[in-house]
Amino acid sequence: MAGLATTFGSGAMTNSISDIGGARCILAIGTNTTEAHPVIGFGVKSAVRKGTKLIVANPRYIELCQFADIWLRHRPGSDVALLMGIMRVIVDEGLLDRAFIEERCENFDALEQSLTGFDMDFVERTTGVLGEQIAEAARMYATNSPAAILYSMGITQHSHGTDNVMAVANLAMLTGNVGKPSAGVNPLRGHNNVQGACDMGALPDVYPGYQRVADPQARAKFEAAWGCKLDPSPGLTLTELFGAARRGEVKAVYLVGENPVLTDPDARHVREALESLEFLAVQDVFLTETARLADVVLPGVSFAEKDGTFTNTERRVQRVRKAIEPVGSSRPDWRLTCDIARKMGGRGFDFSHPRQIMDEVASLTPSYGGISHDRLEAGGLQWPCPNKEHPGTSILHTERFTRGKGRFVPLEYKPPAETADENYPLLLTTGRSQYHFHATLTRKVSGLNALKPEELVEVNPVDALMLGISEGDRVRVTSRRGEVTARAMVTDASPAGVVSMTFHFSESPANLLTNPSLDPVAKIPELKVCAVRVEKIA
Amino acid sequence: MDAITLTIDGAAVTVRRGATVLEAAQQAGIYIPTLCSDHDLEPYGGCRLCIVEIEKMAGLPTACTTPATSGMVVRTATPAVNEARRDIVALLLADYPDDCPACTGDDRCDFHQVVAYLGLDEQPFRRLHRSIPIDSSNPFFERDLDYCIACGKCVRTCDEVVNVDAIEMASRGYTILPSAFGGKPIVQSNCISCGECVVRCPTAALMPKERRLPAQEVKTTCPYCGVGCQIYLGVSDGQVISVRGDRDNDVNRGLLCVKGRFGVAGYVNHPERLTLPLVRKDGALRETTWDEALEMVAGRLAGFGKGEVAVISSAKCTNEDNYVIQKFARTVLGTNNIDHCARL
Amino acid sequence: MGKLTGLLKRRGAPETHTVLVCQGTGCQSSKSDQIQAALQQEIVQLGLSDRVKVKSTGCHGFCQRGPTLIIEPDGIFYTRVKAQDVPEIARCHLDDGQIIDRLLYQHPGTLEAVSHYHDIPFYKKQQRLIMRNCGQINPEDIQDYLDTGGYQALRNVLSGMTPEQVIAEIRRSGLRGRGGAGFPTGQKWQFCRDSAAPQKFVICNADEGDPGAFMDRGIMEGDPYTILEGFTIAAYAIGASQGYIYVRAEYPLAIKRLRIALKQAREHGFVGDHILDSDFSFDVTIKEGAGAFVCGEETALMASIEGKRGMPRARPPFPAQSGLWGQPTNINNVKTLASIPVILTRGAEWYSSIGTETSKGTAVFALTGKIANSGLVEVPMGTALRQIIYDIGGGVPGGKSFKAAQTGGPSGGCLPADFLDLPVDYESLTQAGSIMGSGGLVIMDEATCMVDIARYFLSFTQHESCGKCVPCRVGTKQMLEILKDITTGKGRAGDIDLLVRLGNSIKVGSLCGLGRTAPNPALTSIRYFRDEYDAHIRDHRCPAGVCQELA
Repeated sequence: MAGLATTFGSGAMTNSISDIGGARCILAIGTNTTEAHPVIGFGVKSAVRKGTKLIVANPRYIELCQFADIWLRHRPGSDVALLMGIMRVIVDEGLLDRAFIEERCENFDALEQSLTGFDMDFVERTTGVLGEQIAEAARMYATNSPAAILYSMGITQHSHGTDNVMAVANLAMLTGNVGKPSAGVNPLRGHNNVQGACDMGALPDVYPGYQRVADPQARAKFEAAWGCKLDPSPGLTLTELFGAARRGEVKAVYLVGENPVLTDPDARHVREALESLEFLAVQDVFLTETARLADVVLPGVSFAEKDGTFTNTERRVQRVRKAIEPVGSSRPDWRLTCDIARKMGGRGFDFSHPRQIMDEVASLTPSYGGISHDRLEAGGLQWPCPNKEHPGTSILHTERFTRGKGRFVPLEYKPPAETADENYPLLLTTGRSQYHFHATLTRKVSGLNALKPEELVEVNPVDALMLGISEGDRVRVTSRRGEVTARAMVTDASPAGVVSMTFHFSESPANLLTNPSLDPVAKIPELKVCAVRVEKIA
Repeated sequence: MDAITLTIDGAAVTVRRGATVLEAAQQAGIYIPTLCSDHDLEPYGGCRLCIVEIEKMAGLPTACTTPATSGMVVRTATPAVNEARRDIVALLLADYPDDCPACTGDDRCDFHQVVAYLGLDEQPFRRLHRSIPIDSSNPFFERDLDYCIACGKCVRTCDEVVNVDAIEMASRGYTILPSAFGGKPIVQSNCISCGECVVRCPTAALMPKERRLPAQEVKTTCPYCGVGCQIYLGVSDGQVISVRGDRDNDVNRGLLCVKGRFGVAGYVNHPERLTLPLVRKDGALRETTWDEALEMVAGRLAGFGKGEVAVISSAKCTNEDNYVIQKFARTVLGTNNIDHCARL
Repeated sequence: MGKLTGLLKRRGAPETHTVLVCQGTGCQSSKSDQIQAALQQEIVQLGLSDRVKVKSTGCHGFCQRGPTLIIEPDGIFYTRVKAQDVPEIARCHLDDGQIIDRLLYQHPGTLEAVSHYHDIPFYKKQQRLIMRNCGQINPEDIQDYLDTGGYQALRNVLSGMTPEQVIAEIRRSGLRGRGGAGFPTGQKWQFCRDSAAPQKFVICNADEGDPGAFMDRGIMEGDPYTILEGFTIAAYAIGASQGYIYVRAEYPLAIKRLRIALKQAREHGFVGDHILDSDFSFDVTIKEGAGAFVCGEETALMASIEGKRGMPRARPPFPAQSGLWGQPTNINNVKTLASIPVILTRGAEWYSSIGTETSKGTAVFALTGKIANSGLVEVPMGTALRQIIYDIGGGVPGGKSFKAAQTGGPSGGCLPADFLDLPVDYESLTQAGSIMGSGGLVIMDEATCMVDIARYFLSFTQHESCGKCVPCRVGTKQMLEILKDITTGKGRAGDIDLLVRLGNSIKVGSLCGLGRTAPNPALTSIRYFRDEYDAHIRDHRCPAGVCQELA
């Protein structure tokens, strides 16, 4: 997000789901689309069927590889080198869109300068991909316009994730693939409402609509609207927060609808952090691993029991409608929070229906200015939608970038925070299964558990041979932070030297292993690479 | 738009060039029976029920495979057409079991609707019987091939829409049937359980294991990933019992994955759902009243300094929830220590 | 047997002989390859190598009498030759000039031995255009083909005719597709020519699947060159640069000879880049089909070439608009393509003088069943059935009487004796309720039960139905069940009308030609032999005594 905000001025998906199919070339990097976003996966495969070229860049053999024209199997964490290598070929062979760069972008010279550090020898050595294959991919992407880039957590969840994102943005700008149909840079968001939670200002540094808390004008606007003084300094990010809690600086947490004990990296430390709090209130639909640590647990409702809106990955605000009454005496989250706020003397929490909340959002958030529950009855609206007459925006940056000119960012290659060594000779990467979503909800669905009942650690046959591991053996995976056990699946889907797990199973919680090492800008942890060792359990 | 005009049953119909006669008729609201066509699938022409008469064309061409052309004159329900259609339906019914679990007597079943439309009043053909074991290996749906009319929709959906090819048409002639590779149970194939085939099956051959029909449906947004598929939640007796993809939106156009289609009711209705507030007393969480629980949260949170509290919100919650939560953190708790799992 | 011993004309001077040994699939199955090897050996031993040449040929057509060999230039025709006859042939005939009576063909009527190939009624009454080289040339030696004027048509085309002129000439000839439907070939080419696309394809349909039919096999084995030449001309005419010959894998010898012919054509510059130094380039791929009957249907055939399941699809769009991989495609049968070179060398006018008003040229039949001389037969269109069955085929053997002739393969109709004088052409056969098909001609005698025959053919088409469309998949199954009931004494009153109604529904409702013709055997046998059905159903009696359960 921070990467796209720097280069384009907005961190969201530039284009729409429905226009991916029109691309003449799709570059899918760091996204296992068919598992993590199956319905978009259907669309990608259908596009290929109709003639769209597909380049997949992924260390693992994923389903999309069988549809790909080119599969770049780069080493985990070498995305910047790979993308810069591609850009180097495009520049060297004159396949760049000079008019677009001239007219719409700035700082190209700096990028070009930084490309000198990415000669093909270096790129081959760093990524493990043959130069000719990289060149072929570069030509395919540059000469089949419009070309769309899809990416997901395989790009962002790295200690240099912001660099990865900026590399992707550089590539799109270099070829003029921004601001037009079926092109663009399209981060596929994980949760149903990640986009919305960010839009709504559930972030430590911005108010709704990415208005910065540090910006005096923005702060004054919200102080006036909310009728109180506001703290001018940004707060702690989630991952920083756990550190602060362990140090005793943060003493109380009010936590809604999350289960960080399973989903956050270095889960052992997360648990210690929550246990060291003086007070923890958790609001959720199930008694999660996290809720079990709480002093108070407030039963919230599921999406089927409340009204409201979600904003999907393509910035489309869509209605959530109450279908059944709340289970037991559970209550919608917005209501619980309002109740607590009022009990604490808060003002401005007298909402009787979520539509009133959205009206307040619209009044304070320019990009949501034209959005109301009434309008959404006719179908979703993509922000920016600044006023009641505005039809919404399916493609960003068509005339100009949100920030004015698209800014090329020079980059250098940084290795992952952890690399394989003598004690931890393998790299672990994590991913999703289409049968589960994170670790709480789907594990309650018996049919999904029947289809994907347990964690399977993917081990390459070469590594399996060396480690004496056979299909189905129980193995222990150990990192500097913890250990988990699970059964092994011997497959060359993962390259030699790399093992892969999901993070859906509390029985084998992969996040006990993962590295909380943060990207310095976006504060995203490096979930996609950490060093481990794997042993067969006798 | 490049458009052409043709005449269907005496009415002028204007459609985009490239549309089939069936699409033109459907656009004009003229019903033509069909069991093998689907707007997501390539024209197939297998069930032969959409045969029509077209001037200057020999025989009875199928509307689903015939491109509409300018000036074409189509008649959709002549005696000859309907007679041939009735024989086709009679042929299908001749080995279709009498006790159909899908039959609700209404027009929800495509096959039932076609039979009702044609008004079949005799069964001239020999009664044939099939007896193929039911495949109930998938946790969410089962397949009873005694009801299969070999329209190929499931196989084509798996190929053309899902691109997984878990099933194929095996054998030929009268014995042709959809089959997973090697005739093995479907759960042992590379089926991804998305259920797109189940949705399209025009008979009771592919049925969800949840057979209840919803009393009402509520349109909403899938709670799982960031795609935001539009769905209809089916409700019966105050419970969510089914999920159906909404075809009329640009996000998912009716398509769903296994979680969205089959993985919602299971957690919404789960017996472990929290129904009462809990507070920790003597080290254990115990049920309590809302008043006590809310008072306790408000009271305890009020006792910390601004820098000492933090709020964790959720990417699963609505925009409205998130707005209120961050407003609470900023205006009541006075802190910007508010975040959620955007980065995970 | 009348004794006939003759001395050959030019006795004395050392005679130069060419022995044509049939190496068609039929004769090879009777070990004609061993006969040829033995003959070679014998000739060496007798020191005749310098004046006797032994040559393999493709099928002579008279498969009933195989293995056959012809000794040229005398034109002496030996039939049912065995390996033990070889020393005698070599010593008596080749060395000594003595004709061996007992190996000569014996006229079934007069019981007279016929020594010369051209005098045998089986050949005498035929007119061989498509099969003109079959049995005459060595099918594995392109020089033999060139010596008979082969590839002259292609030379003429590439040196002086535009594609439009080629198409015009074919249109003038009146040639119609020999695959069965009889669509005018020139017109079909024109459609494909008119489709604007950068890539077009031509396909040679050699997926002969009718039981008892082996016309295409005979031509591929006997003269693969003429097929390739016609194919290349077709590609030139429509503007295709790539062709596929789709042959069923059950024809290994045909495939082998096509491959040899293709290799030799490539070496001689008749196939490949810049053919005969022109701007025209064309290459051919031979595809082996897995042998599903329905793959003879052109859309199913194309699906099979594309690697998909061989299932037909509806037309339009026609292959000429959207065929193989969505590109304009022209598909012709083996016999159609084999007709092209001879039309272009001898002219459209000459060709159109053969045959009837609407059906020009010759027709090739595989004459089988209860017939004295079975084999491959080529006659002018319009020849009466009687002439084919009696003059060429030698009539029904065993003193039995003729009952019916089935034309058009398993989905053709069964025509009774009333139709013996029917001229065989597209229109007449269709009017009689049958089809030309690709050329099967099965003769049935009085001991044949027509209900049982209909049941047999329906079980074939039911088994070979691809299963895609309901009328064919389920309708033929119902017809088969009803026919089974009738032949086992379980027929019901009204079954005949039901079969007719169902048969007609299947004909109008089916997707492809297989379903649209599958009811023909039942419908025609009801039309012409209804009393036999009645006897089965009403009297529980099989007049021919075939149906066991009614005996």
